[in-house]
Amino acid sequence: MTLTPLSSNSQPADNQASTQTPDILGRFGQFGGKYVPETLMPALTELEAAYQQYRNDPGFQAELQQLLRDYVGRATPLYFAERLTAHYARPDGTGAQIYLKREDLNHTGAHKINNALAQVLLAKRMNKQRIIAETGAGQHGVATATVCARFGLDCVIYMGVQDMERQSLNVFRMRLMGAEVRPVAAGTGTLKDATSEAIRDWVTNVETTHYILGSVAGPHPYPMIVRDFHAVIGQETRVQAMEKWGGLPDILLACVGGGSNAMGLFHEFVKESSVRLIGVEAAGEGVNTEKHAATLTMGRVGVLHGAMSYLLQDEDGQVIEAHSISAGLDYPGVGPEHSYLKESRRAEYYSVTDSDAVAALQRLAQLEGIIPALETAHAIAYLEFLCPQLSGSPRIVINCSGRGDKDVHTVAKFLENS
Amino acid sequence: MTSISDCFKSLRERRNCALIPFITAGDPDLETTAKALQVLDAAGADIIELGVPYSDPLADGPVIQAAATRALQRGTRLNHVLEMVQSVSPTLRSPIILFTYYNPILNRGIQPFLKQIKDAGVAGLVVPDLPLEEAAGLLKPAAEIGIDVTLLVAPTSSAERIEAIARQSQGFIYLVSVTGVTGMRSGIETRVEDLLQQIRQLTDKPIGVGFGISEPEQAQQVKDWGADAVIVGSAFVKRLADGTPQQGVDAINQFCQSLKTAITSNPANNFSAEED
Repeated sequence: MTLTPLSSNSQPADNQASTQTPDILGRFGQFGGKYVPETLMPALTELEAAYQQYRNDPGFQAELQQLLRDYVGRATPLYFAERLTAHYARPDGTGAQIYLKREDLNHTGAHKINNALAQVLLAKRMNKQRIIAETGAGQHGVATATVCARFGLDCVIYMGVQDMERQSLNVFRMRLMGAEVRPVAAGTGTLKDATSEAIRDWVTNVETTHYILGSVAGPHPYPMIVRDFHAVIGQETRVQAMEKWGGLPDILLACVGGGSNAMGLFHEFVKESSVRLIGVEAAGEGVNTEKHAATLTMGRVGVLHGAMSYLLQDEDGQVIEAHSISAGLDYPGVGPEHSYLKESRRAEYYSVTDSDAVAALQRLAQLEGIIPALETAHAIAYLEFLCPQLSGSPRIVINCSGRGDKDVHTVAKFLENS
Repeated sequence: MTSISDCFKSLRERRNCALIPFITAGDPDLETTAKALQVLDAAGADIIELGVPYSDPLADGPVIQAAATRALQRGTRLNHVLEMVQSVSPTLRSPIILFTYYNPILNRGIQPFLKQIKDAGVAGLVVPDLPLEEAAGLLKPAAEIGIDVTLLVAPTSSAERIEAIARQSQGFIYLVSVTGVTGMRSGIETRVEDLLQQIRQLTDKPIGVGFGISEPEQAQQVKDWGADAVIVGSAFVKRLADGTPQQGVDAINQFCQSLKTAITSNPANNFSAEED
């Protein structure tokens, strides 16, 4: 059950409110920026310069596009979920037409590889031989380990000890591909702590190392770069929607932890004011308990991991430990552009609980034969609340951001205990 | 209360290199922190850096991270830290610099935060995750209220950045001696000497060197390279945390004196050298 009321203004804001290019300090409105130790400032400048140099470079683009096609398996299908659609149909036959953007069919099983692959191509051009990354659910860690194996680069992945336990399959996959997985025991041993430790490594080894940050979070230029490398999700969706029904989607739905899969889907459509953008956060055991990760729903503006954004924090500005059954959403911060889209009311953000997500995972498995990641299941779960509010037969595209093989132990344990 | 700039002025007149110990507030408890401040003040500290414990100390290595975690687990709150500073600062000769991450400042609001620390008797502020580009909103109100905001320069900083940072930094310039986080290291990178010379050519503001200095020999080395101040953190935090609070306080007392001796030119030795 969502405890979050619907936004009083579900109408899209006007286009003027949508700054898609961050300013020179990397800000989307008041959000973003570069709140990092001085040691990292030159590296961020170097990364931004490399990105500006190569983003439209024909050689870089040719290499990236070929690998996205032949190695990752893009384009991913836009799949009409017929039985899920029937499940939410009204007696008169109208109801939401539900499509899944199948990012789970990418190599390594999630959208994360779009960004990891593109960043490793940048790192190569910056002559960095060592790669580090943080990971929560392990999907970004697996994607990073994968591209490092592909290009023969040293790879160190920071992962919270709690996440290593609940996502042990992914730990094994990373190690199989030659990555070193370093456990992080600080704090709750989850994504926040892994990210802090990755930043400390980067501060120490910045001259030889590239940090492949895995979400649209962190200091500028990461939120922009990671978003742009995932924007292919929305770009393909636009083309596929045009082929399938000759128009735009009416509603886009995606889960939000740091928010990379959501930004990847949304970015292409931010300027299309007819398209509703909905992000779904993890309400954990409920947003009125202490155990949730609903940053945009319950947080206040603060600074974490180099960016100003919404943040779960206490009265003293200490960061609160988040909770979600989904390791990938278990994060007290959120990408700054999501804070901007929320504040400008261009996008709407709601939350669903652990048990909503598990039920949605089971529903999709039984109705469509697709086991989604627990992260993705949060987006699917929101259909329960969204569909009854809709009239007519709007077309909804859900970012099916990852596959759920990694989560079967967690789900089994949850069902045993409930 | 002495300002950081005045403190350096008088040290320069005496041709002394300043000793700046760092401790984490609330580890093991605020009573001990208060005692430690007084002991350091009497044992040769010229300025004292007091760390406000934070949940996500990105620029800190394992020793200071662990101290901050312990302090927070004991329930140390910003208001308690400032109350303690308010009661102790009038008894100290050394001005106090608060070392805090940016979110607790932002959370309280820049103006109220500055006013509260000023009222508590704090003289300066170091914010390790606030680089020059983000510092404007803090520098101006801090200057108006009379709090010196000291900015950091790193080994990776370009000459242009160093110059811009040196121009804006108040009190002194904090030179980070390593590419890395705080913590004890076996040696000081020799490029610190070059960096000191480079910064010296760009500014006449005092330069303090910190991160990674943990032994009297290292402190002396940095002083000999021309630093105006030596900042020692993790080595104090670790000693203070070992054993009972009283043992910790005794240990930092001795350690502070040995550091002070190492960075003070010894007139007796010079005299005997001349006699020879």
